[in-house]
Amino acid sequence: MMANVRNGAPSAQEDRTVFSVELFISHLLRWGVILSLLIVGIGVLALIASGHTGYDQARLDDLGSLIRYHPGQADFPTTVPEVTKGLARGEPYAIISLGILVLIALPVVRVGVSILVFVVERDWVYVLITAFVLSMLLLSFFLGKAGE
Amino acid sequence: MAAIVFLVETFLVAAGAGVLGSMLGLGGGVILVPVLTLVLGLDIQYAIGASIVSVIATSSGAAAAYLRDGVTNIRIGMVLETATTTGAITGAFVAAYIGGSALYLIFAVVLLYSAFVMFRRRDVELPVGVQMGRLAGMLGLGGSYYDVALSQQVRYNVRGVRYAMPLMFIAGAVSGLLGIGSGVLKVPAMDIAMKLPMKVSTATSNFMIGVTAAASAGVYFMRGYINPFVAAPVALGVLVGAAVGTRIMMRTRSTWIRRLFVLVLVVVAVQMLAKAVGLK
Repeated sequence: MMANVRNGAPSAQEDRTVFSVELFISHLLRWGVILSLLIVGIGVLALIASGHTGYDQARLDDLGSLIRYHPGQADFPTTVPEVTKGLARGEPYAIISLGILVLIALPVVRVGVSILVFVVERDWVYVLITAFVLSMLLLSFFLGKAGE
Repeated sequence: MAAIVFLVETFLVAAGAGVLGSMLGLGGGVILVPVLTLVLGLDIQYAIGASIVSVIATSSGAAAAYLRDGVTNIRIGMVLETATTTGAITGAFVAAYIGGSALYLIFAVVLLYSAFVMFRRRDVELPVGVQMGRLAGMLGLGGSYYDVALSQQVRYNVRGVRYAMPLMFIAGAVSGLLGIGSGVLKVPAMDIAMKLPMKVSTATSNFMIGVTAAASAGVYFMRGYINPFVAAPVALGVLVGAAVGTRIMMRTRSTWIRRLFVLVLVVVAVQMLAKAVGLK
């Protein structure tokens, strides 16, 4: 079962095509994660440095105002337009939310990019499989939105 | 000042969740939700939002490392994701018709059974004598990775795809129904039904969990569950934790990873039993 022993880095010749797909997606995820980390980090620094969240009801000197949930009323951005508006005003919460949105988008982008990679590899079975996953993802997103 | 303390505490808890989650193919909600709600006094809605951010951060952070090292089997992940995503949608639809406590009870029993079967395999470092399944062969699911703990290249066959697919469908549906990460079901399914090496199971589970979570995360964001004040330290902490956890995992023997996983299964089962009988 556990066949040939090799030293050093993995270099399975027979798996070269698969490996390039994996490496490509690995880079995509790594840079996506770093981008998200940077944006969230800048947001947190801005929050601490300025002492303001960008929302009057969420005050840094009152922990309760930051972590209490009030149904139907969020003291932070909950839509993309709100994030964009907040960014234009340089609000710390909007910067953090942008970083979180980058993080959330990453797995979906990963699936989308995988389709392209499999197209380049001319691996049509996996183009189909991955396209199915992406359509289910988008479907569940829109169903969730509709069910609100 | 209290705000800064909260940020630091949440960061540290999230880092711990990131280490454990990235090692075991889980999202880290097992640690995060109870600690954030019971110890740090966060409301459950924000804890759920934090948990979903944690799943996605663990998934992407760990997958970047595991893909580079060749431990993640991307094809197995893609094939099984067709079942988990379909299951997640189905789960969301039937959620309105299925009662809570019976479901928690069934789920707890399933977890305890998985824990029992995996515990019996506790001394299995690598699967032996696995024949390539027909479907697995057609889909090219076999693979190999370099095991740092064993200092050797491990090649493995895959079987049981036809058993794993319905299990993955159920895993996706349960995560939609109970709002818990489906890693606790995905890893046993790959370990028990498909006979994958333990590291391939946890790494591939890690790869998959982010996709299902991303769909719900969009919805939670719009519902106002993802509070930036909580999500920021969680995302930063989990990503740092995952960077550490992936390194530990690569250097740890599979037998120990499986034992740790069994322990977590039992803890989650107890949490579910408590919910079934109406405790918090």
